[in-house]
Amino acid sequence: MIEVHNVQKSFDGNQVLKGITCTFETGKCNLLLGGSGTGKSVLLQCIVGLMKPDLGSITFDGTIFTNNKVQIRQEIRRKIGMLFQGSALFDSMTVYENVEFPLKMLTPEMTREERRDRVEFCLKRVGLENAGVKMPSEISGGMKKRVGIARAIAPNCTYLFCDEPNSGLDPLTSIKIDELIHEITHEYGITTVVVTHDMNSVVEIGDHIIFLYKGLKLWDGNKDEILNAQVPELKEFIFSSSLVRAAKKVDDETQGGLAAATTDEAINI
Amino acid sequence: MVKAFGEFLLFIQSMLTRKERLAVLWQRTLDECIVIGINSIFIVAIVSAFIGAVTCVQIAYNLTNPLIPKSTIGYMVREMTILELAPTITSIVLAGKVGSSIAGGLGTMRITEQVSALEVMGINSASYLVLPRILAAMLMFPLLVILAMALSIIGGYLAGSLTGALSAQEYIEGIRTDFIPYNIVFALIKSVVFAFLVSAISSFKGFFTQGGALEVGNASTTAVNNSIIAILVADFLLAALLL
Repeated sequence: MIEVHNVQKSFDGNQVLKGITCTFETGKCNLLLGGSGTGKSVLLQCIVGLMKPDLGSITFDGTIFTNNKVQIRQEIRRKIGMLFQGSALFDSMTVYENVEFPLKMLTPEMTREERRDRVEFCLKRVGLENAGVKMPSEISGGMKKRVGIARAIAPNCTYLFCDEPNSGLDPLTSIKIDELIHEITHEYGITTVVVTHDMNSVVEIGDHIIFLYKGLKLWDGNKDEILNAQVPELKEFIFSSSLVRAAKKVDDETQGGLAAATTDEAINI
Repeated sequence: MVKAFGEFLLFIQSMLTRKERLAVLWQRTLDECIVIGINSIFIVAIVSAFIGAVTCVQIAYNLTNPLIPKSTIGYMVREMTILELAPTITSIVLAGKVGSSIAGGLGTMRITEQVSALEVMGINSASYLVLPRILAAMLMFPLLVILAMALSIIGGYLAGSLTGALSAQEYIEGIRTDFIPYNIVFALIKSVVFAFLVSAISSFKGFFTQGGALEVGNASTTAVNNSIIAILVADFLLAALLL
């Protein structure tokens, strides 16, 4: 479980995070939802340690991360896997080497054969068992995301962070990436935090959703509760998507809840 | 300027704390030696051979006094090459080639979040990416300078012989006159200092690039400019201190 307590962050006097307190639950896909410029990515970067919050604390399974000793922060960081918005694959390495890299760096006790087995397992898990020899420049955006996921889970991470995993992908590939993140989260019981503004992701994988608005947490709940949330900013955000409006129409007609309204039904409307 | 220098010192400090394992550092340094050293041999060879040749021809053009022996041309080529041209011109050439490559490479890694990916994994990105580049430059620059010295002198020999400015015997006699071995040591000290300046300044500029492709280009240009200025200032200081 990751606990964020009163995290604040400013840039040149502009307060981007205004005291956010929230919890990311273990074994669930926790979504950080919000429009552009609401502080989602800044909060994510504070949590993984790429930025230092001005105020507040972040705790990983009871161990304080912010302002702790370097060794303790390093130990926590080594349990973190992250999928970046642009995948951030090392472009001088092949797909195989990218996935092997954290194993080589973080687990020097592993033999070459053990590393090979682990890399092959991870690539197979994301459906890229034949792409190991390719360079990142030779694969598609969706494949890059999958390699990013394979690299993140290779060292048996406890926490998986995904920064807008669907950006730049077509809807079908987006759904596949969402499903993969959801499956991996439940399969390994890890704590996953996904930054998104995509309502498809909310419907697909939103076990626990935190809605940010202008640097504040306005709402949290799950995908079944989100449509009935009585927060005007959240309602405006959700129903700005025509797909969700269509799904809501199906929902009203069938009374089956948002989850019952499949994407196909929504598209047909 | 003072703030930038302070940030530069903090950057160097961050690189030296929490270093990666020795095996990783060694492997990365060898990789960088190929990029910085082996891949620069051609340009250094061409530049130094022609500089030696041109120096010889131009000194011969200026030495018209019949009382000055022609072997002086060989002597002057040697002194100019070893003391100044080989270490300084080679380092300036490498500032353009290696410096821009380092700044551009690190800048691209920064804007494509590859540096952040290393940090999230718990790897000290400065130590992993920058320290091997600096070590490799400090190993390779002296070797390239030795190569440049040899090729400049050979270039002068060929130019002098082919143009008839002086005979081969006179040139070799001049080369061997009043040789001071310390000059070689001085040139190598300069090359190590220049290597540190070029690689560290270029890494600093590239590592902290923010923005997009335009900023990466700007970082490369600034890295080369600053490296060349640093080389010239250090050249003067070292000459004043060590000669």
